[in-house]
Amino acid sequence: MRIERIEKQPEVKELITEQKIDLKLLDPLIKRLSHKKGNLIPLLQGTQDIFGYIPPDALKYISDELGLKMTDMYGVVTFYAQFKLKPVGKYIIRVCHGTACHVQNADKISDDLKTFLEVKDGDTTVDGIFTLESVACLGCCSLAPVMMIGDDTFGKLTGKKAVDVVKEIRRKENLSADENLTKNTISTINLTKVLKAGKKAGN
Amino acid sequence: MSNTKVIVGLGSCGLAAGAGKVYDELFRIREADKLDFELKKTSCIGMCFKEPLVEIIDESGSYMYGEVDIKKADEIVEKHIVNLSPVKEYIVQSDTFESPFKNYFEGQVKIALRNCGFIDPESIEDYEARNGYKAIKKIAEEKISVQDVIKTVLDSGLRGRGGGGFPTGLKWKFANNSTSKIKYIICNADEGDPGAFMDRSILEGDPHSVLEGMIIGAYAIGATEGVIYCRAEYPLAVKRLNIALKQAREKGYLGKDILGIEGFDLDIYVKEGAGAFVCGEETALIASVEGERGMPRKRPPFPAVSGLWKQPTNINNVETYANVPWIIIKGAQAFAKYGTEKSKGTKVFALTGKIKYGGLVEVPMGVSIRDIVYKLGGGITGDKKFKAVQLGGPSGGCIPEYLSDTLVDYDSVTATGAIMGSGGMVVMDETTCMVDIARFFLDFTCKESCGKCTFCRLGTKRMLEILTRITNGEGKEGDIEKLEELAVKIKDGSLCGLGQTAPNPVLTTIKYFRDEYEAHIRDKKCPALNCKKLLTYEVISENCTGCMVCKKNCPSNAIEGEKKQVHFIKQELCIKCGECFTRCKFNAIKVF
Ligand SMILES: Cc1cc2nc3c(=O)[nH]c(=O)nc-3n(C[C@H](O)[C@H](O)[C@H](O)COP(=O)(O)O)c2cc1C
Ligand code: FES
Repeated sequence: MRIERIEKQPEVKELITEQKIDLKLLDPLIKRLSHKKGNLIPLLQGTQDIFGYIPPDALKYISDELGLKMTDMYGVVTFYAQFKLKPVGKYIIRVCHGTACHVQNADKISDDLKTFLEVKDGDTTVDGIFTLESVACLGCCSLAPVMMIGDDTFGKLTGKKAVDVVKEIRRKENLSADENLTKNTISTINLTKVLKAGKKAGN
Repeated sequence: MSNTKVIVGLGSCGLAAGAGKVYDELFRIREADKLDFELKKTSCIGMCFKEPLVEIIDESGSYMYGEVDIKKADEIVEKHIVNLSPVKEYIVQSDTFESPFKNYFEGQVKIALRNCGFIDPESIEDYEARNGYKAIKKIAEEKISVQDVIKTVLDSGLRGRGGGGFPTGLKWKFANNSTSKIKYIICNADEGDPGAFMDRSILEGDPHSVLEGMIIGAYAIGATEGVIYCRAEYPLAVKRLNIALKQAREKGYLGKDILGIEGFDLDIYVKEGAGAFVCGEETALIASVEGERGMPRKRPPFPAVSGLWKQPTNINNVETYANVPWIIIKGAQAFAKYGTEKSKGTKVFALTGKIKYGGLVEVPMGVSIRDIVYKLGGGITGDKKFKAVQLGGPSGGCIPEYLSDTLVDYDSVTATGAIMGSGGMVVMDETTCMVDIARFFLDFTCKESCGKCTFCRLGTKRMLEILTRITNGEGKEGDIEKLEELAVKIKDGSLCGLGQTAPNPVLTTIKYFRDEYEAHIRDKKCPALNCKKLLTYEVISENCTGCMVCKKNCPSNAIEGEKKQVHFIKQELCIKCGECFTRCKFNAIKVF
């Protein structure tokens, strides 16, 4: 049984209260699934698709709307590995620890990534870009050891190769963050120009 | 338009190896240079060790190119398509000359995988062109009765490919015998065995064959609704299944009065799993489809009597269904011709681990493990010593090299203490530690136990603790006996197959590799040099040149020595990371 997640609960709550969540985003999903039998798992999957994780407030909202019991919902959320009660990074790195990857030294991949990203298994980096996870078999065993980032799979890894892939993503992320910054500055400059021009025209 | 076809393998494994980029490049060159060839997509042909694969079929024959990247793609187009001279050194399989991987294909008989790698899985026309939906049409046109369909499947000897090996025809008969207006047919596509990907390849490569198998099954048992329960980790399979379902509805293979068979109504939908191994067990799967925690339920009643929403339900595995249309078209005898007395037909294996040619192979039941490893798989990577194969995943066991003449059929494999399982075959060599493998599987089952039965929940944890201790060099006399005792209790005290089989990896490794356990416990040594805490690193003074590379790279500053002087490892500081061993160019570090 995966008991760890329940123990981590208090930490989760702290994080959640900081964020404001627009629960109205759930309405179309609830409407679409409200009449289907056995709708709980698709509802939760849909919720996670919207927010990236399952905010406890969303559980409460769905429970109020559909009359599903909170206890049942919490039971299901903690049963399945897919559901996350904590916000996750922009990219989820899933390192395979299936049998084929294990015998090809998948531990080294995880160890090197942990050192590089300075996180524990299951945790998110401080910059919020990466969440590191281990999973059992991604179904690409002949390319072992394997990891998946988002929907992209990377095979025949070594610790160094894995770190290089992650480094490259981080570099691009930082770059686009910088670009956004510059873009913003440019647009403010443009705005000032426009304002100035307007003033001139008004004069 | 010329008759030249260029086909790119775009299964998950191909995509992971970079096939998407190769496809884009081929498309680009074709447009840029206005070349005349048809560019097609297909899925995994099973030769995963040579991905990305590109096949060119022209008037002179077919040529499969392996390990194609963008550069090679340019070269192949230039030489093969423009100048009509195939680039022999990249070809891995061809019908015009003998390729080095001839054995890989010759040992195989493709029934379940008959279309994988040959059709575009997103095209129903491609499937129809290769006898697709012929079986259900045959049933409709020849008005074959339900009883006769069941009889054909029974006579073929087809047994469930999901692990249990229960005769499929018999299962259908039971579900057919139950009377109810509503019945369900379910496809188990949860594929939880870590180290197996047969079902993924079939779903990605030939989704219609699974649908057709389900449609025939639904006809046989009288089902009105179908569910495919697919792992969430297989997004591509889900996508292709949904495309296939839409096409099948449009063409009338799903819907009302299917193909004119009066009263035969059926629709099928995909339900995505949410990541729990135990949901592969049929009663847990049903609970999960109903939106609950995936806890197994007591049997009887069996699903054939009371399953999904308490209605009669038939559950089969992906590969089981994929075989069915072939059996209906070719007849029971054509299938039963392959295999052994009690295990008929073929079986798909995912061949992985320390094997030269890893991939997907379909072989007749009854070939030996040795033949699969050496004839098809080309032997062990780096020509190391073959130690064992793991069959059946967390429910199975390790079969040692000296038993590798064991035939793969349900009964012979079970006799070794392993199980046939769903088809994951992980090959292990002398560098794999068998105690660590047992620990690995127990770690898996301990996490995946749903917690309902005490012995499964806590017993696996206790076993894991003991195994972890042993691999850390803290094993005690009596540990092996304690493991054996716990194993029996867990088997007896568990409701479902997960707990009942969880001790198998430990029991088989104790049975065949007891000396490795003893070396860990008594001598605090790991013969495979795998368990970190039991290793010792030392400098071989005759070989050391004093180059200082190891000293500079040691993360715990455990190495001392001056330039051009023999170095020395301080054992009390060594964290056994192995960095010195991998960095040393002079073979001057030994590990034991
Ligand atoms: C813990 C556990 C996990 C299982 N996982 C799978 C699975 O991933 N896929 C599968 O087809 N069968 C799995 N099974 C077997 C199913 O319970 C069931 O026997 C099978 O789906 C029946 O189909 P078949 O007769 O075609 O093999 C599992 C069984 C157990 C006990
Ligand atoms: S074991 Fe890693 S992909 Fe299957």
